[in-house]
Amino acid sequence: MSPELKGFLLLTVVKMLVVFTITLVGVALLTLMERKVSAWMQNRRGPNRVGYAGLLQPAADGLKNIIKEETLPDEANKILFMLAPIFSFVPALMLAAVIPFAAPLPIAFDFSLPVLGRFVQDGLVPMVVADLPVGFLFVLAISSLGVYGIALAGWSSNSKYSLLGGLRASAQMVSYEVPLGLSVIPVILLAGNVSFAAIITEQQAGLWYVLPLFFAFFLFFVSGFAETNRLPFDMPEAESELIAGYHTEYSAMKFSMFFIAEYANIVTVAAMTAALFFGGWDIPFSQWDQTPGLAQTVATGLFMFLKTMSFVFVVMWVRWTLPRFRYDQLMSLGWKFMLPLGLGYVMLIGTAVWVVEDMLEVGSSTVRGLFLFGLNLVLAYLIFFIVDRGHVVRGSTARPEVVH
Amino acid sequence: MAIGVKVLTRPETDVSYIRATLKGMALTFRHMFRPKWTMQYPEEKSTADWSLSPRWRGTHRMLTDEQGRSKCVACGLCPQICPANCIKLVPGEDEAGNRYPLIYEIDEFRCVFCGYCQEVCPEEAIHVGVHYENAEYSRDRFVYDLERLSSQTHPVSSLWDPSDPKGE
Repeated sequence: MSPELKGFLLLTVVKMLVVFTITLVGVALLTLMERKVSAWMQNRRGPNRVGYAGLLQPAADGLKNIIKEETLPDEANKILFMLAPIFSFVPALMLAAVIPFAAPLPIAFDFSLPVLGRFVQDGLVPMVVADLPVGFLFVLAISSLGVYGIALAGWSSNSKYSLLGGLRASAQMVSYEVPLGLSVIPVILLAGNVSFAAIITEQQAGLWYVLPLFFAFFLFFVSGFAETNRLPFDMPEAESELIAGYHTEYSAMKFSMFFIAEYANIVTVAAMTAALFFGGWDIPFSQWDQTPGLAQTVATGLFMFLKTMSFVFVVMWVRWTLPRFRYDQLMSLGWKFMLPLGLGYVMLIGTAVWVVEDMLEVGSSTVRGLFLFGLNLVLAYLIFFIVDRGHVVRGSTARPEVVH
Repeated sequence: MAIGVKVLTRPETDVSYIRATLKGMALTFRHMFRPKWTMQYPEEKSTADWSLSPRWRGTHRMLTDEQGRSKCVACGLCPQICPANCIKLVPGEDEAGNRYPLIYEIDEFRCVFCGYCQEVCPEEAIHVGVHYENAEYSRDRFVYDLERLSSQTHPVSSLWDPSDPKGE
């Protein structure tokens, strides 16, 4: 092994440890945040007994979950029942590996260890565990693996509630995968690349993509809700209909793993939204963050954290505001509204980019962005004020005629 | 349509789901900054808005006279009127001819907290209390004997007064 490769491996291991720890601790704290946010929205205080302002509540919950009894239903398919939580837990954590969380940091070292030999590193280190050239395509691929865990949990529990939850989860996640995939195509059209680093650099140079691609952001975020099984799309759990859906039969740490997976997925969706549409670790209105350095890395990391957390907050905010969709409403929203909107939007953006770049020959990406932003304003008016009048979400059957 | 069924006409064509959602989200966001209703229980047991009613009927208390003896004369009216049959009374008599309870026990698990014992007592000895913190580690601790009933210090219920039904 060359010293450069060893240096690279060393840094990767360090980054893995940091990201893994932060993800797991952060996810634990998110459960507290969720309870706090829901309490505040209902004029309550939320957990405030364990530790200062309830900060140790996740630790208490975690301890409780570890020492609780692991139940195993007699009729369950034992092997799949044990594997299902792992199937949903592992992909959720893998996703954290590809999201860049700060500006690249210049690191240089050259040292030798007795047995391992010489380690060399010189140059910019991207602040991401795996700087994959396939970028967010990896996220799309892995995130759809999560449905296996849920479907298997539902099937192997041998319980009606679990099975219904698992079925709903599969149908829902397969349906919303389509608009999710379609909503990132406009991003590729503008950035010309699928790697996170290239997309963020492109956004630093011009506008954040939320302006020129507002509807792509909208579709992505709404599909993200469905992919993470959050209200208003929490069909697979639906506690008022299916007890707890696919994890009805799970207890203790196995249940906890589904829970951690759900929150890790929320963080991933929030971080993806921040990276694809809100400039990633870009600090707005400053060029200072583009020269590499330790201060820049820390500051940009902080900004990425703030952006991610604000989207996590929006996810929770929506959960405690909206009631659950009915199942057929969910399906018709996905297939009859979001899919056509996604397809049409790809065509519209493709045409617009062609018009601006080839017909009008405008080189500046800012001007192009502003042009697309104008287009989005028109589209937003059409959709929100004309199309979405009782058509987007409605019952499956017409209202029966009322005889007085 | 059956008689008496009220049919609400809900707007179906003029509502935008997304704008309605934003309206709802604005409402929940405003609620985050409203004053909290939570009463921090062990530290805070009554507030200006909420306290136990003086008519609250909780676990019993036996009042005592100046010498510390219970006021009970073992007349037997309270076990007689008790609908749950939870009072056990064995009367005794001292050399001066004063009756007193040898055994006076109330099973608080059987008790329905009707307050008849307090109402019927001619000596105003047994009372139901304005009190609710009764946790114990074993079930037999819920049979209160005379000593325990006499050593309680919580306020006693004022019950409902028929001549003053609104408590004025």
